[in-house]
This record gives sequence, structure tokens and C-alpha cells, in this order.
Amino acid sequence: MNLLRLISGRTATAPVARERLQILLAHERGLRGQPELLGLLRAEILAVVSRHVTLDPEKVIVRMERGTHVSTLEVDIEVPNGFERSMAAAAR
Amino acid sequence: MAKVLVVTSGKGGVGKTTSTAALGAALAQMGETVVVVDFDVGLRNLDLIMGAERRVVFDLINVVQGVAKLSQALIRDKRLENLWLLPASQTRDKDALTDEGVGSIIADLRTKFDWVLCDSPAGIERGAMLAMRYADEAVIVTNPEVSSVRDSDRIIGMLDSKTVKAERGERVEKHVLITRYDQARASRGEMLSIEDILEILATPLLGIIPESQDVLRASNVGSPVTLNDAASAPARAYTDAARRLMGETVTMTVPLARKSFMNRLLGRRAA
Repeated sequence: MNLLRLISGRTATAPVARERLQILLAHERGLRGQPELLGLLRAEILAVVSRHVTLDPEKVIVRMERGTHVSTLEVDIEVPNGFERSMAAAAR
Repeated sequence: MAKVLVVTSGKGGVGKTTSTAALGAALAQMGETVVVVDFDVGLRNLDLIMGAERRVVFDLINVVQGVAKLSQALIRDKRLENLWLLPASQTRDKDALTDEGVGSIIADLRTKFDWVLCDSPAGIERGAMLAMRYADEAVIVTNPEVSSVRDSDRIIGMLDSKTVKAERGERVEKHVLITRYDQARASRGEMLSIEDILEILATPLLGIIPESQDVLRASNVGSPVTLNDAASAPARAYTDAARRLMGETVTMTVPLARKSFMNRLLGRRAA
């Protein structure tokens, strides 16, 4: 502990600056580039699945959740009913 | 093999132009042929800091548009014969610069110089993008202050994605240059320390330039601080930084780190 700081009664503000920056930049780095990556993933997933199943492009949702240690990529594809029948027809 | 180095920051007023002039002059003093290029179209100042403001006839835009030849626009420094300036236009707007135009000028400069130092304008718009576009290396000028560190982080992201090198899957070699550093205030916990900044930006350090009256004194008379008073603390710090750019290993010292008896007594530690 710093003797002068104790005498003057002023608290160190640099640790506050450091913490604010770390939190802010973790968030901003997460946002950076994400729209492009997710858009690309979405387009490619849609292209691959569409080769086999007729899909409504609006029903393909790709979402990224960022956590402190791991991030998760969530892909939600809604397939129309009758999907199994068309698969079976293709196999025949 | 010529090196193209962009001096950038995102935030304005942190010392990009001062650093470009000081590093350019320091490299030239070491025998390298150097050109400093002002990319701040419309708000040029590198000419003023270099003391060449009255010798500008043609500029970067004139060369891009074919009005003048590169050799007509280059201004040779009066103190160092291997130091040159390519000024920006003061009257045109930044849209006059094109990617292809900048690319061909940089390619031309590469054949004539050892170092091409590009002084970026502030911001993340077209001018800043073009200044970094063809860079092999980048010096990110950062003040020990939250808004500057945030903007530096943003610029680092751009260097890793928007440059020609990044698009080829290569890396622009990045260095952080901390300017206006006050050792005493950092020791008292009033200013972000060097460790804090480097940890946050995760980029290697090129040098630490102390807050100093010598910088204003040099700009007043139109001389890069490394030429104006080579023995001053900022000049020594910039010269060390230039030696590191040349690949030398120079011990990183915090300039003006005179540890007084009182400081030792009060337990202040060096940053």
C-alpha cells in the first residue's frame, strides 16, 4: 500500500480504468466480425441442407453465445413436415 | 527490402504525427533512407512538424491523379539528406485518394526507400484505412488513458482484417508505442501502467515515450524531437524505439525513472 495515498486520502483510479476496459473490450471484441462470420455460416449451412431438404431460408437461425470460458454456436433449422417421407423416397 | 510502416491510433491527438516525424528522423540518423508520408488529407500537419511547410509544392493527391510525378512531390529534409517527406493535400478532401492510387505510390516508394512511414489520420474511415492498407508493420500510438486504449484495440482489429497482408492470410507486425507516459502518476495508481495496457491490448511494446515539454518545444520550431534535442528523454525513447524497429534488442527503460529517496521510502515501484 502506498503511504502517500493513505495520507492524501486519494484512491487509485487506474485499477478502475483497467477493469472497465477489460469488460468493455471483451464485449466489443465479441461483436467485432461476428455479423460476417454468422452470415457466412448461415449461408453455407443453408446451402448444404438444401441439397437434401427443401427449406424455408427464413427458418434457419444461427446464433452465437459468448461466455467467459467457452462460446456456443446454436443452429436452429426448422424442417417442413413430410421431411422423413422425402428422405425415404430419396433412399429408394 | 523496403518496409512499409503505418503509424496509427484511431484516436486523435495521441501523437501519431510527432511519432512519425521522430521515428522517421531517428531511422534516417541510423543511415536508412526514409520517407514519411502524410495521409491526413485536408488536415495535413506532418509538413509543419518536419519544418517543411513552406516547401510544399505538390502533394500525395497530385501524384495519385497524375498531375505531378512522385519525384516532384517528394521534399528532402534540410538536416538529413536521406530523409524525405511526401505531404498530403491541404485543399482536397479525403475521397480524392483511391485504393489503386495509394497502392501504386506505395509500390513506387518501396523501390526508392528502406522505410516508408505512413502517418495515418485519426478515425477509422477511408483515410485511416488507406494509410494502413499496404503496411507490413504498424505502430499503434496509445496514451495511458481509457479512450485511447479502446480505440487502439479497435485499430488492432482492423489491422488484422482490412489490410492487404491480412487478406492474404499474413500478419501485419504490430507494435504498441505508449506516449505521454507519466511514471510518477502510474506509480501512484493514477494512470494505467505499461503492464495494464500491454495485457489489455496483447500486443508487443515498441517503446515508452515520457510526457515531456521537449515534444512541444520541438514542434514549435518544426523539428522532429529526435533531431531537435537528441539528448532529451523523449528523443532517447524514440531512438530506442527506432533501433527496435531495426531489429536490435534494446533494454526497455521507463524514461525519467529517477527513483528518489522519497519514492523509495514511500514504496513506489517502477512500472
